[in-house]
Amino acid sequence: MTSKSFTFTRRAALTGLGAALATPALRPAFGQGAPIKVGVLHSLSGTMAISETALRDTVLMMVEWANSRGGVLGRRLEAVVVDPASNWPLFAEKARELLQVHKVDVTFGCWTSVSRKSVLPVFEELNGMLFYPVQYEGEEESKNIFYTGAAPNQQAIPAVEYLMSKDGGEAKRIALLGTDYVYPRTTNRILRGFLNSKGIGNADIMEEYTPFGHSDWQGIVARVKRFASEGKKTAIVSTINGDANVPFYRELGNQGIKAEDIPCVAFSVGEEELAGIDTRPLVGHLAAWNYFMSIKGAPNEEFVKLWQAYIKNPKRVTNDPMEATYTGFRMWTQAVAKAGTTAVDAVRGAMIGQKLMAPCGYEEEMLANHHLSKPVFIGEVQADGQFNIVWKTPDAVKAENWSQFIPENANRRR
Amino acid sequence: MTRFILRISLLLLLALPARAQDAFTAALPGLAGGFGDIAASVERLGASGDPRALPLLRALQEGRLQKAGDGRILLPDGARLLDAATGQPAEAAGAEAVRLNNRVRQALRGALGRLQLVSPDPAERLAAAEAVFRSRSAENIPLLQAALARETVPRIRTQMELALAASQLVGSDAEAKRDAVARLGASGSVEARAVLIEARNANPEMATAIEVSIATIERALAIRRAAETLFQGLSLGSVLLLAALGLAITFGVMGVINMAHGEFVMLGAYATFVVQEACRGIPWLAPWSLVLSVPAAFLVTAACGALLERGLIRHLYGRPLETLLMTFGVGMILQQAVRLAFGAQNREVLSPPWMQGTILLPGDIAVTQNRLWIIVFGLIVLGLVFAAIRLTRFGLEMRAVVQNRRIAATMGIRTGRVDAMTFAFGSGLAGMAGVALSQIDNVSPNLGTGYIIDSFMVVVFGGVGSLAGTLVGAMSLGVVNKLLEPYAGAVLAKVFVLVAIMLFIQRRPKGLFALKGRAAES
Repeated sequence: MTSKSFTFTRRAALTGLGAALATPALRPAFGQGAPIKVGVLHSLSGTMAISETALRDTVLMMVEWANSRGGVLGRRLEAVVVDPASNWPLFAEKARELLQVHKVDVTFGCWTSVSRKSVLPVFEELNGMLFYPVQYEGEEESKNIFYTGAAPNQQAIPAVEYLMSKDGGEAKRIALLGTDYVYPRTTNRILRGFLNSKGIGNADIMEEYTPFGHSDWQGIVARVKRFASEGKKTAIVSTINGDANVPFYRELGNQGIKAEDIPCVAFSVGEEELAGIDTRPLVGHLAAWNYFMSIKGAPNEEFVKLWQAYIKNPKRVTNDPMEATYTGFRMWTQAVAKAGTTAVDAVRGAMIGQKLMAPCGYEEEMLANHHLSKPVFIGEVQADGQFNIVWKTPDAVKAENWSQFIPENANRRR
Repeated sequence: MTRFILRISLLLLLALPARAQDAFTAALPGLAGGFGDIAASVERLGASGDPRALPLLRALQEGRLQKAGDGRILLPDGARLLDAATGQPAEAAGAEAVRLNNRVRQALRGALGRLQLVSPDPAERLAAAEAVFRSRSAENIPLLQAALARETVPRIRTQMELALAASQLVGSDAEAKRDAVARLGASGSVEARAVLIEARNANPEMATAIEVSIATIERALAIRRAAETLFQGLSLGSVLLLAALGLAITFGVMGVINMAHGEFVMLGAYATFVVQEACRGIPWLAPWSLVLSVPAAFLVTAACGALLERGLIRHLYGRPLETLLMTFGVGMILQQAVRLAFGAQNREVLSPPWMQGTILLPGDIAVTQNRLWIIVFGLIVLGLVFAAIRLTRFGLEMRAVVQNRRIAATMGIRTGRVDAMTFAFGSGLAGMAGVALSQIDNVSPNLGTGYIIDSFMVVVFGGVGSLAGTLVGAMSLGVVNKLLEPYAGAVLAKVFVLVAIMLFIQRRPKGLFALKGRAAES
């Protein structure tokens, strides 16, 4: 139990619920009022189910967690789960259903940027509140969305800086490989601007996109190999999403690309994705995240224990978007307790400035731009599918959702 | 902070007396420092030539080397730990593994390479020669010359000579340099080209000679690249062939639009996973689990296919739209059932050792082994299908029923049973495709959805009902796709191929190999 969550229960107790909290873990007694509804908008089928199912479970776990502590404002939480089936227009329909039919107070959901772009107008029109837990390309800010994953300056740019540093291998050429949709394209545009500003010209940047679920990587990996044999140290930056990663890494292994020759840093590969890969040939390849399961410290131990107990499997892994969901959920409960209501406008005001000792071991804060301050970690793949942290920022980094490398939006920076 | 100062002073204390000692002991304390210190120490250990360095660096590479809280380096020896500096058993309390990063791994590879050039194990000598080639330093020249003097294995000699040339290129002897440029050019290898490009920038006075060598390599590479592209195309083609063969039976021969075909492929991949898990406990069987999976996957999916045909499809013969919708639904049910039974996460199907890595065909054409085996497997399966249709009684009955159901029935063929068996056969083939796909794609509930469209495309393009058409269709789609990919990118290449097929089908609605005669008319 961290000190932070203790102050939360204390504060909740002060709002008049002492009786309910007296024996929170044993038998929660709920006060008057209808249950608070928590919408869960994650794909449980289709190509994104591999990643999003765990996030559904995380939200359900947090609902149970909150209820075991007497709920929020003395009211019980109730999850409303819908399945948008990796179908982007269906995301908008299901969001509307959550807000209009089920009248949820808050929603946790979405993974791909295209699904978030699809629900954004719905949340703005109906004044809902969405917590989006995945790192993304930035260039967006909605009063109805809280972004608890990383902005590009909290993941992509530090990762490339690391590759160019002495410890990272002093890369002078970069191959940008990605899945063909808005997140990789925007991120790579930002990275290209960043690399150009560091003196790496376009001749030393290779950019390739593949469809979702691409499985035949022989040609692309062979071209990267050739690109790397032109006399300059080369690194791969991968924004490949979803299950296309498995055949990609298999091909890297089979074509004998070793991390010490061409390191590959990935932005969408975490512990959960590695669960389906034989990681022995991949040792030394990198991932950049704001949380790794291997982080030491009490907040993470508590989080991992909570998850493995909830899912009843001591081998299940945690990952960054799960941590972002957890952090977002806890901040939301804190904000509701502070606002004394679940009304969207009041909670939005209370959200800004919320702080939490997150499982990543740093105190994260919700900023006025609806993004978090987060630390950045670079981890190396280990033979057991976990990450060994080889680099981290000394402090939490403030999110910059408008990148200076996208000229048309740079003036929106605060 | 105080602990940090304490550690630094301890390090200094350790380092001071070490200066008087040999290079080996002097390099040890750095191993307890940051990644930069570790890399520097590793380089010094590699240069020391000390016999104690080799086991130490090996332990480091395998992640077994420990550092104690006070900065001593501990080397595991069986169950106990030895102090690396003194060789005496040491206390292990509070010790943790010395960590690696890519910078350290790079230094390690070079250092181990230098120490292993004279190893008794030929595989180690080859790896060492490759490592020394990559780390290239003028200090390695005498080492390589000494190693070359007693090396007898031709392949290792070649690699050592390359490493020597690369090292001489960064040395100071101008004559040796010129010679090295010519030898690197003659090798025709990609790595040699990288070395030459680097040298071109460093030695402007030799630029012309280097350009000539690079051009020699480019010519050799161009041929090799063309061969590799062809191989990649054939490999993609063989995957398409495997995925489409089952459909060539169920759709091509029987005319059933089976949208659940992809899910049968997926079931085959999961059968592979189950067989692998079952074999895990039996060490002598485990490497062969993939071979066992082939009949297992065939039987499982064939049984599912027979069930589907007898239970549902036979009631819908002659109603293609209903069949399409129904099998689509069955596919979704199968996907969700697998998701419930095995979870939404990918399942890990290991590749047996004989399917990992790259082999060099004559002419230095690099070919990944798993892809090579899949091409072979695809051709074997095609041969089996051909034999089953042409040479067995079942094949004869199948053709008879397809050509004229009523006359076949009057000849005493139980057409219903033949239908079920044909459909089961086609489904079983899908399952066998699943075994192959488990080696190159994700074993996830969505595995099949990615292949269903491509499979129909191959069958329609090749000509419905023609096995030869399926083969030629699959291979040509694969090769064209891979030829376009470098120019258009993976996404556009697919689009171009689709458009080309649409235009082709406009001109020749019956595909490449159209069936002729009365059977085709009906």
